[in-house]
Amino acid sequence: MSAPGTVPMIRMAGVDKFFGPLHVLRSIDLEVPQGQVVVVLGPSGSGKSTLCRTINRLEPIDSGTIEVDGQPLPAEGKALARLRADVGMVFQSFNLFAHKTILENVMLAPVKVRGTASAKAREEGMALLERVGIANQADKLPAQLSGGQQQRAAIARALAMKPKVMLFDEPTSALDPEMVNEVLDVMTSLAREGMTMLVVTHEMGFARRAADRVVFMADGEIVEDTTPEEFFTSAKSERARDFLGKILSH
Amino acid sequence: MDYLSKYDLLGAFWVTVQLTVLSAVGSLVWGTLLAAMRVSPVPLMRGFGTAYVNLVRNIPLTVIITFSAVGLSSTLGVVLADKNEHGFFEVNNFRLAVLGFTLYTATFVCEAIRSGINTVPVGQAEAARALGLGFGQTLRIVVLPQALRSVVAPLANVLIALTKNTTVASVIGVAEASLLMAEMVEKQADLLPISALFALGFVVLTLPTGLVLGWIGRKVAVKR
Repeated sequence: MSAPGTVPMIRMAGVDKFFGPLHVLRSIDLEVPQGQVVVVLGPSGSGKSTLCRTINRLEPIDSGTIEVDGQPLPAEGKALARLRADVGMVFQSFNLFAHKTILENVMLAPVKVRGTASAKAREEGMALLERVGIANQADKLPAQLSGGQQQRAAIARALAMKPKVMLFDEPTSALDPEMVNEVLDVMTSLAREGMTMLVVTHEMGFARRAADRVVFMADGEIVEDTTPEEFFTSAKSERARDFLGKILSH
Repeated sequence: MDYLSKYDLLGAFWVTVQLTVLSAVGSLVWGTLLAAMRVSPVPLMRGFGTAYVNLVRNIPLTVIITFSAVGLSSTLGVVLADKNEHGFFEVNNFRLAVLGFTLYTATFVCEAIRSGINTVPVGQAEAARALGLGFGQTLRIVVLPQALRSVVAPLANVLIALTKNTTVASVIGVAEASLLMAEMVEKQADLLPISALFALGFVVLTLPTGLVLGWIGRKVAVKR
Protein backbone atom coordinates (compact mmCIF):
# COMPACT_ATOMS: atom_id res chain seq x y z
CA MET A 1 0.00 0.00 0.00
CA SER A 2 2.85 2.39 0.78
CA ALA A 3 5.45 3.18 -1.83
CA PRO A 4 8.24 0.60 -2.01
CA GLY A 5 11.17 1.31 0.28
CA THR A 6 9.27 3.59 2.62
CA VAL A 7 8.07 2.66 6.08
CA PRO A 8 4.37 3.24 6.77
CA MET A 9 3.69 5.69 9.62
CA ILE A 10 1.25 3.25 11.21
CA ARG A 11 1.19 -0.47 10.57
CA MET A 12 -1.25 -2.83 12.26
CA ALA A 13 -1.09 -6.53 11.47
CA GLY A 14 -3.34 -9.25 12.80
CA VAL A 15 -4.49 -7.13 15.74
CA ASP A 16 -7.04 -8.70 18.06
CA LYS A 17 -8.56 -7.13 21.13
CA PHE A 18 -11.12 -8.44 23.60
CA PHE A 19 -13.14 -6.68 26.30
CA GLY A 20 -13.93 -9.72 28.41
CA PRO A 21 -15.88 -12.04 26.10
CA LEU A 22 -16.47 -9.25 23.58
CA HIS A 23 -14.22 -9.46 20.50
CA VAL A 24 -13.86 -5.73 19.71
CA LEU A 25 -11.07 -5.88 17.13
CA ARG A 26 -10.91 -8.86 14.77
CA SER A 27 -7.56 -9.45 13.01
CA ILE A 28 -7.12 -5.84 11.94
CA ASP A 29 -4.61 -5.17 9.15
CA LEU A 30 -4.09 -1.50 8.39
CA GLU A 31 -1.26 0.61 7.01
CA VAL A 32 -1.22 4.38 6.99
CA PRO A 33 1.57 5.79 4.81
CA GLN A 34 3.23 9.05 5.74
CA GLY A 35 1.19 12.12 4.82
CA GLN A 36 -2.06 10.26 4.32
CA VAL A 37 -5.35 11.24 5.95
CA VAL A 38 -7.41 8.18 6.83
CA VAL A 39 -10.95 8.57 8.09
CA VAL A 40 -12.41 5.65 10.02
CA LEU A 41 -16.19 5.38 9.76
CA GLY A 42 -18.63 2.91 11.19
CA PRO A 43 -21.64 2.45 13.46
CA SER A 44 -21.37 2.82 17.23
CA GLY A 45 -19.71 -0.17 18.83
CA SER A 46 -17.89 -1.14 15.66
CA GLY A 47 -14.51 -0.80 17.41
CA LYS A 48 -13.29 2.30 15.61
CA SER A 49 -12.48 4.25 18.80
CA THR A 50 -10.75 1.22 20.28
CA LEU A 51 -8.70 0.89 17.10
CA CYS A 52 -7.60 4.50 17.44
CA ARG A 53 -6.67 4.05 21.10
CA THR A 54 -4.57 0.92 20.50
CA ILE A 55 -2.16 2.85 18.29
CA ASN A 56 -0.59 4.68 21.25
CA ARG A 57 -1.40 1.81 23.61
CA LEU A 58 -4.04 3.58 25.67
CA GLU A 59 -5.71 0.21 25.02
CA PRO A 60 -3.30 -2.73 25.05
CA ILE A 61 -3.99 -5.39 22.42
CA ASP A 62 -4.29 -9.14 22.93
CA SER A 63 -2.45 -10.29 19.82
CA GLY A 64 -0.91 -8.96 16.63
CA THR A 65 1.61 -6.20 16.03
CA ILE A 66 1.43 -2.43 15.85
CA GLU A 67 4.30 -0.33 14.54
CA VAL A 68 4.60 3.43 14.49
CA ASP A 69 7.16 4.75 12.00
CA GLY A 70 8.74 1.31 11.86
CA GLN A 71 9.03 0.94 15.66
CA PRO A 72 6.99 -1.79 17.33
CA LEU A 73 4.92 -0.46 20.27
CA PRO A 74 6.97 -1.01 23.44
CA ALA A 75 5.46 -2.28 26.70
CA GLU A 76 4.51 0.24 29.40
CA GLY A 77 7.52 2.32 30.47
CA LYS A 78 9.97 4.98 29.28
CA ALA A 79 10.18 3.71 25.70
CA LEU A 80 6.40 3.84 25.37
CA ALA A 81 6.32 7.37 26.79
CA ARG A 82 8.90 8.42 24.17
CA LEU A 83 6.80 6.92 21.39
CA ARG A 84 3.63 8.57 22.67
CA ALA A 85 5.41 11.93 22.64
CA ASP A 86 5.62 11.56 18.83
CA VAL A 87 1.96 10.57 18.41
CA GLY A 88 -0.52 13.39 18.92
CA MET A 89 -3.95 12.49 20.22
CA VAL A 90 -7.19 14.44 20.34
CA PHE A 91 -10.04 13.07 22.44
CA GLN A 92 -13.80 13.29 22.17
CA SER A 93 -14.02 14.93 25.61
CA PHE A 94 -11.05 17.32 25.01
CA ASN A 95 -9.36 16.29 28.29
CA LEU A 96 -7.60 19.62 28.75
CA PHE A 97 -5.89 19.75 32.15
CA ALA A 98 -8.64 21.41 34.17
CA HIS A 99 -6.35 23.11 36.72
CA LYS A 100 -4.07 24.75 34.16
CA THR A 101 -4.62 27.66 31.77
CA ILE A 102 -4.89 27.08 28.02
CA LEU A 103 -1.32 28.25 27.44
CA GLU A 104 -0.04 26.10 30.33
CA ASN A 105 -1.83 23.12 28.78
CA VAL A 106 -0.02 23.70 25.50
CA MET A 107 3.39 24.34 27.13
CA LEU A 108 3.34 21.49 29.63
CA ALA A 109 4.50 18.53 27.56
CA PRO A 110 7.20 20.36 25.55
CA VAL A 111 8.71 21.57 28.85
CA LYS A 112 8.27 18.41 30.92
CA VAL A 113 8.81 15.76 28.24
CA ARG A 114 11.06 17.41 25.64
CA GLY A 115 12.91 19.67 28.07
CA THR A 116 12.19 22.77 25.96
CA ALA A 117 13.04 26.05 27.68
CA SER A 118 9.97 27.69 29.14
CA ALA A 119 10.34 30.92 27.12
CA LYS A 120 10.63 29.01 23.84
CA ALA A 121 7.67 26.76 24.72
CA ARG A 122 5.61 29.85 25.52
CA GLU A 123 6.49 31.48 22.22
CA GLU A 124 5.71 28.32 20.23
CA GLY A 125 2.58 27.72 22.29
CA MET A 126 1.27 31.20 21.54
CA ALA A 127 2.01 30.70 17.84
CA LEU A 128 -0.02 27.47 17.89
CA LEU A 129 -2.91 29.11 19.75
CA GLU A 130 -2.78 31.89 17.17
CA ARG A 131 -2.97 29.29 14.42
CA VAL A 132 -6.08 27.62 15.88
CA GLY A 133 -7.59 31.04 16.51
CA ILE A 134 -7.73 31.21 20.31
CA ALA A 135 -4.63 33.20 21.24
CA ASN A 136 -6.88 35.67 23.09
CA GLN A 137 -8.00 32.85 25.41
CA ALA A 138 -4.46 31.82 26.43
CA ASP A 139 -4.74 32.77 30.10
CA LYS A 140 -8.19 31.31 30.73
CA LEU A 141 -8.97 27.98 32.32
CA PRO A 142 -10.49 25.26 30.10
CA ALA A 143 -13.89 25.48 31.84
CA GLN A 144 -14.17 29.13 30.75
CA LEU A 145 -14.03 28.20 27.04
CA SER A 146 -16.69 26.87 24.70
CA GLY A 147 -16.43 23.25 23.56
CA GLY A 148 -15.14 24.23 20.14
CA GLN A 149 -12.47 26.46 21.66
CA GLN A 150 -11.45 23.71 24.08
CA GLN A 151 -11.08 21.21 21.27
CA ARG A 152 -8.97 23.64 19.25
CA ALA A 153 -6.80 24.15 22.32
CA ALA A 154 -6.47 20.37 22.64
CA ILE A 155 -5.32 20.18 19.00
CA ALA A 156 -2.76 22.91 19.71
CA ARG A 157 -1.59 20.99 22.78
CA ALA A 158 -1.01 17.88 20.68
CA LEU A 159 0.73 19.85 17.90
CA ALA A 160 3.09 21.45 20.43
CA MET A 161 4.93 18.12 20.61
CA LYS A 162 5.56 18.28 16.83
CA PRO A 163 4.07 14.82 16.36
CA LYS A 164 4.76 12.57 13.38
CA VAL A 165 1.14 11.50 13.25
CA MET A 166 -2.13 12.71 14.77
CA LEU A 167 -4.92 10.49 16.08
CA PHE A 168 -8.41 11.99 16.38
CA ASP A 169 -10.91 10.01 18.44
CA GLU A 170 -14.33 11.44 17.52
CA PRO A 171 -13.12 15.02 17.96
CA THR A 172 -16.46 16.66 17.19
CA SER A 173 -18.90 14.22 18.80
CA ALA A 174 -19.17 16.15 22.08
CA LEU A 175 -19.63 19.53 20.41
CA ASP A 176 -22.71 21.63 19.85
CA PRO A 177 -23.50 21.63 16.10
CA GLU A 178 -22.51 25.25 15.58
CA MET A 179 -19.01 24.55 16.90
CA VAL A 180 -18.25 21.52 14.76
CA ASN A 181 -16.99 23.48 11.77
CA GLU A 182 -14.43 25.58 13.63
CA VAL A 183 -12.74 22.33 14.73
CA LEU A 184 -13.07 20.66 11.33
CA ASP A 185 -11.53 23.73 9.68
CA VAL A 186 -8.42 23.38 11.84
CA MET A 187 -8.25 19.67 11.00
CA THR A 188 -8.72 20.30 7.28
CA SER A 189 -5.89 22.81 7.22
CA LEU A 190 -3.68 20.31 9.06
CA ALA A 191 -4.50 17.70 6.46
CA ARG A 192 -3.61 20.13 3.66
CA GLU A 193 -0.23 20.74 5.27
CA GLY A 194 0.59 17.06 4.90
CA MET A 195 0.12 15.84 8.46
CA THR A 196 -0.40 12.08 8.71
CA MET A 197 -3.81 11.69 10.34
CA LEU A 198 -6.11 8.92 11.49
CA VAL A 199 -9.53 10.36 12.21
CA VAL A 200 -12.41 8.47 13.79
CA THR A 201 -15.50 10.52 13.12
CA HIS A 202 -19.13 10.71 12.07
CA GLU A 203 -18.52 13.82 9.97
CA MET A 204 -19.20 12.63 6.42
CA GLY A 205 -18.49 16.09 5.01
CA PHE A 206 -15.00 16.02 6.47
CA ALA A 207 -14.44 12.51 5.12
CA ARG A 208 -15.40 13.65 1.61
CA ARG A 209 -13.46 16.88 1.77
CA ALA A 210 -10.22 16.01 3.55
CA ALA A 211 -9.71 12.24 3.53
CA ASP A 212 -7.35 10.45 1.17
CA ARG A 213 -8.90 7.19 2.22
CA VAL A 214 -11.94 5.86 4.05
CA VAL A 215 -11.87 2.80 6.27
CA PHE A 216 -15.29 1.44 7.16
CA MET A 217 -15.57 -0.77 10.26
CA ALA A 218 -18.40 -2.96 11.52
CA ASP A 219 -18.40 -5.49 14.38
CA GLY A 220 -14.68 -5.12 14.99
CA GLU A 221 -13.67 -5.75 11.38
CA ILE A 222 -12.48 -3.54 8.55
CA VAL A 223 -15.19 -4.05 5.96
CA GLU A 224 -14.14 -1.51 3.34
CA ASP A 225 -10.90 0.33 2.70
CA THR A 226 -11.20 2.64 -0.26
CA THR A 227 -11.23 6.24 -1.52
CA PRO A 228 -13.93 8.63 -0.21
CA GLU A 229 -15.30 9.06 -3.72
CA GLU A 230 -15.81 5.35 -4.17
CA PHE A 231 -17.07 4.76 -0.64
CA PHE A 232 -19.82 7.37 -0.84
CA THR A 233 -20.91 6.59 -4.39
CA SER A 234 -20.46 2.85 -4.78
CA ALA A 235 -19.82 1.06 -1.51
CA LYS A 236 -19.29 -2.64 -2.16
CA SER A 237 -20.55 -4.22 1.07
CA GLU A 238 -24.14 -4.50 2.19
CA ARG A 239 -23.24 -3.20 5.67
CA ALA A 240 -21.59 -0.05 4.30
CA ARG A 241 -24.57 0.66 2.03
CA ASP A 242 -26.91 0.12 4.98
CA PHE A 243 -24.83 2.50 7.14
CA LEU A 244 -24.72 5.14 4.42
CA GLY A 245 -28.44 4.76 3.81
CA LYS A 246 -29.16 5.53 7.44
CA ILE A 247 -26.95 8.58 7.78
CA LEU A 248 -27.30 10.18 4.37
CA SER A 249 -31.07 9.88 4.05
CA HIS A 250 -31.83 12.72 6.47
CA MET B 1 -10.17 30.62 89.68
CA ASP B 2 -7.30 32.84 90.80
CA TYR B 3 -5.01 29.79 90.79
CA LEU B 4 -4.93 30.02 86.97
CA SER B 5 -1.87 32.24 87.04
CA LYS B 6 0.08 29.42 88.68
CA TYR B 7 -0.26 27.27 85.58
CA ASP B 8 1.28 27.81 82.14
CA LEU B 9 -1.93 27.40 80.17
CA LEU B 10 -0.67 29.07 77.00
CA GLY B 11 2.55 27.09 77.14
CA ALA B 12 0.65 23.81 77.27
CA PHE B 13 -1.58 24.77 74.33
CA TRP B 14 1.52 25.92 72.43
CA VAL B 15 2.88 22.37 72.74
CA THR B 16 -0.47 21.09 71.42
CA VAL B 17 -0.18 23.45 68.43
CA GLN B 18 3.41 22.34 67.76
CA LEU B 19 2.47 18.66 67.94
CA THR B 20 -0.43 19.30 65.57
CA VAL B 21 1.44 21.35 62.99
CA LEU B 22 4.51 19.12 62.81
CA SER B 23 2.43 15.93 62.66
CA ALA B 24 0.13 17.50 60.06
CA VAL B 25 3.04 18.35 57.77
CA GLY B 26 4.57 14.90 58.29
CA SER B 27 1.35 13.03 57.65
CA LEU B 28 0.53 15.11 54.57
CA VAL B 29 3.87 14.15 53.03
CA TRP B 30 3.78 10.49 54.09
CA GLY B 31 0.07 10.18 53.32
CA THR B 32 0.58 11.55 49.79
CA LEU B 33 3.41 9.06 49.21
CA LEU B 34 1.19 6.24 50.49
CA ALA B 35 -1.61 7.32 48.15
CA ALA B 36 0.86 7.36 45.24
CA MET B 37 1.89 3.82 46.18
CA ARG B 38 -1.71 2.66 46.35
CA VAL B 39 -2.43 3.80 42.78
CA SER B 40 0.96 2.83 41.33
CA PRO B 41 1.24 0.19 38.60
CA VAL B 42 3.91 -1.66 40.64
CA PRO B 43 2.22 -4.51 42.55
CA LEU B 44 4.81 -4.49 45.36
CA MET B 45 4.20 -0.81 46.12
CA ARG B 46 0.44 -1.23 45.90
CA GLY B 47 0.66 -4.19 48.28
CA PHE B 48 2.79 -2.28 50.76
CA GLY B 49 0.51 0.77 50.68
CA THR B 50 -2.61 -1.31 51.18
CA ALA B 51 -1.12 -3.42 53.96
CA TYR B 52 0.31 -0.38 55.77
CA VAL B 53 -2.94 1.57 55.70
CA ASN B 54 -5.10 -1.33 56.80
CA LEU B 55 -2.75 -2.29 59.59
CA VAL B 56 -1.85 1.10 61.04
CA ARG B 57 -5.25 2.81 60.92
CA ASN B 58 -6.78 -0.07 62.88
CA ILE B 59 -4.31 0.10 65.78
CA PRO B 60 -5.48 2.28 68.68
CA LEU B 61 -3.49 5.52 68.74
CA THR B 62 -2.62 5.01 72.42
CA VAL B 63 -0.92 1.75 71.49
CA ILE B 64 1.07 3.45 68.71
CA ILE B 65 2.20 6.33 70.94
CA THR B 66 3.07 4.02 73.83
CA PHE B 67 4.97 1.75 71.46
CA SER B 68 6.94 4.73 70.10
CA ALA B 69 8.16 5.63 73.56
CA VAL B 70 8.47 2.26 75.28
CA GLY B 71 9.05 -0.14 72.41
CA LEU B 72 10.87 1.96 69.82
CA SER B 73 12.89 4.18 72.12
CA SER B 74 13.43 2.41 75.45
CA THR B 75 13.71 -1.16 74.15
CA LEU B 76 14.98 -0.81 70.57
CA GLY B 77 17.09 2.24 71.37
CA VAL B 78 15.72 4.54 68.65
CA VAL B 79 16.58 7.99 69.92
CA LEU B 80 15.48 11.22 68.23
CA ALA B 81 17.39 13.70 70.41
CA ASP B 82 20.86 14.25 71.84
CA LYS B 83 21.19 12.19 75.02
CA ASN B 84 23.57 14.63 76.68
CA GLU B 85 21.35 17.56 75.96
CA HIS B 86 19.46 19.18 78.81
CA GLY B 87 15.82 18.01 78.80
CA PHE B 88 16.58 14.96 76.62
CA PHE B 89 13.54 13.04 77.88
CA GLU B 90 11.08 15.80 76.97
CA VAL B 91 12.57 16.47 73.53
CA ASN B 92 12.87 12.79 72.67
CA ASN B 93 9.31 11.97 73.71
CA PHE B 94 7.94 15.01 71.90
CA ARG B 95 9.62 13.88 68.67
CA LEU B 96 8.52 10.27 69.18
CA ALA B 97 4.95 11.52 69.60
CA VAL B 98 5.22 13.49 66.33
CA LEU B 99 6.50 10.33 64.65
CA GLY B 100 3.64 8.25 66.04
CA PHE B 101 0.98 10.81 65.07
CA THR B 102 2.51 11.08 61.57
CA LEU B 103 2.54 7.32 60.99
CA TYR B 104 -1.06 7.04 62.19
CA THR B 105 -2.63 10.15 60.64
CA ALA B 106 -0.95 9.49 57.27
CA THR B 107 -3.28 6.52 56.76
CA PHE B 108 -6.32 8.81 56.92
CA VAL B 109 -4.62 11.42 54.72
CA CYS B 110 -3.83 8.64 52.22
CA GLU B 111 -7.42 7.48 52.03
CA ALA B 112 -8.74 11.04 51.68
CA ILE B 113 -6.32 11.72 48.81
CA ARG B 114 -7.14 8.39 47.18
CA SER B 115 -10.82 9.31 47.15
CA GLY B 116 -9.75 12.64 45.62
CA ILE B 117 -7.84 10.80 42.89
CA ASN B 118 -11.08 9.00 42.04
CA THR B 119 -12.78 12.36 41.39
CA VAL B 120 -10.27 13.21 38.65
CA PRO B 121 -11.71 12.03 35.30
CA VAL B 122 -9.69 9.21 33.77
CA GLY B 123 -9.31 11.29 30.59
CA GLN B 124 -6.97 13.67 32.44
CA ALA B 125 -4.42 10.93 33.04
CA GLU B 126 -4.97 9.54 29.52
CA ALA B 127 -4.24 12.92 27.97
CA ALA B 128 -1.08 13.21 30.07
CA ARG B 129 0.12 9.75 29.09
CA ALA B 130 -0.75 10.36 25.44
CA LEU B 131 1.58 13.40 25.53
CA GLY B 132 4.47 11.23 26.72
CA LEU B 133 4.42 11.95 30.44
CA GLY B 134 5.49 9.03 32.63
CA PHE B 135 3.50 7.64 35.55
CA GLY B 136 5.27 9.82 38.12
CA GLN B 137 4.86 13.00 36.07
CA THR B 138 1.22 12.24 35.32
CA LEU B 139 0.52 11.77 39.01
CA ARG B 140 2.58 14.75 40.20
CA ILE B 141 1.68 17.32 37.56
CA VAL B 142 -1.84 16.38 36.50
CA VAL B 143 -3.66 14.04 38.89
CA LEU B 144 -2.51 14.92 42.43
CA PRO B 145 -2.91 18.70 42.11
CA GLN B 146 -6.54 18.17 41.06
CA ALA B 147 -7.12 15.43 43.63
CA LEU B 148 -5.79 17.57 46.50
CA ARG B 149 -8.04 20.48 45.56
CA SER B 150 -11.08 18.26 45.84
CA VAL B 151 -10.21 16.88 49.29
CA VAL B 152 -9.44 20.03 51.26
CA ALA B 153 -12.63 19.62 53.31
CA PRO B 154 -12.02 15.93 54.19
CA LEU B 155 -8.40 16.81 55.03
CA ALA B 156 -9.72 19.52 57.38
CA ASN B 157 -11.61 16.76 59.20
CA VAL B 158 -8.42 14.76 59.50
CA LEU B 159 -6.59 17.83 60.84
CA ILE B 160 -9.29 18.50 63.43
CA ALA B 161 -9.16 14.88 64.56
CA LEU B 162 -5.36 15.11 64.74
CA THR B 163 -5.53 18.26 66.87
CA LYS B 164 -7.67 16.44 69.44
CA ASN B 165 -5.68 13.21 69.10
CA THR B 166 -2.53 15.00 70.24
CA THR B 167 -3.91 14.69 73.79
CA VAL B 168 -2.83 11.05 73.61
CA ALA B 169 0.79 12.28 73.83
CA SER B 170 0.15 12.83 77.53
CA VAL B 171 0.47 9.06 78.06
CA ILE B 172 4.19 9.37 77.38
CA GLY B 173 4.52 12.54 79.39
CA VAL B 174 4.53 15.19 76.64
CA ALA B 175 3.46 18.41 78.36
CA GLU B 176 0.58 19.33 76.05
CA ALA B 177 -2.77 20.74 77.09
CA SER B 178 -4.47 17.60 78.39
CA LEU B 179 -1.54 16.71 80.65
CA LEU B 180 -1.82 20.11 82.29
CA MET B 181 -5.56 19.63 82.60
CA ALA B 182 -5.07 16.31 84.40
CA GLU B 183 -2.64 18.00 86.75
CA MET B 184 -4.99 20.91 87.45
CA VAL B 185 -8.00 18.67 88.01
CA GLU B 186 -5.98 16.71 90.51
CA LYS B 187 -4.83 19.73 92.47
CA GLN B 188 -7.88 21.98 92.30
CA ALA B 189 -11.47 21.27 93.17
CA ASP B 190 -13.05 23.00 90.14
CA LEU B 191 -13.52 20.02 87.82
CA LEU B 192 -16.22 21.58 85.63
CA PRO B 193 -14.69 25.02 85.05
CA ILE B 194 -11.29 23.50 84.31
CA SER B 195 -12.75 20.98 81.84
CA ALA B 196 -14.79 23.71 80.19
CA LEU B 197 -11.71 25.89 79.88
CA PHE B 198 -9.73 23.18 78.10
CA ALA B 199 -12.67 22.21 75.92
CA LEU B 200 -12.93 25.86 74.90
CA GLY B 201 -9.20 25.92 74.18
CA PHE B 202 -9.56 23.07 71.70
CA VAL B 203 -12.60 24.62 70.04
CA VAL B 204 -10.61 27.84 69.61
CA LEU B 205 -7.97 25.79 67.78
CA THR B 206 -10.22 23.61 65.64
CA LEU B 207 -13.17 25.84 64.74
CA PRO B 208 -11.08 28.25 62.62
CA THR B 209 -9.30 25.24 61.05
CA GLY B 210 -12.60 23.93 59.72
CA LEU B 211 -13.89 27.33 58.61
CA VAL B 212 -10.68 28.48 56.93
CA LEU B 213 -10.02 25.18 55.15
CA GLY B 214 -13.66 24.96 54.09
CA TRP B 215 -13.32 28.38 52.50
CA ILE B 216 -10.00 27.45 50.85
CA GLY B 217 -11.55 24.23 49.57
CA ARG B 218 -14.30 26.14 47.81
CA LYS B 219 -11.79 28.65 46.48
CA VAL B 220 -9.39 26.14 44.88
CA ALA B 221 -12.03 23.68 43.61
CA VAL B 222 -11.35 22.67 40.00
CA LYS B 223 -14.07 23.90 37.64
CA ARG B 224 -15.01 21.39 34.96
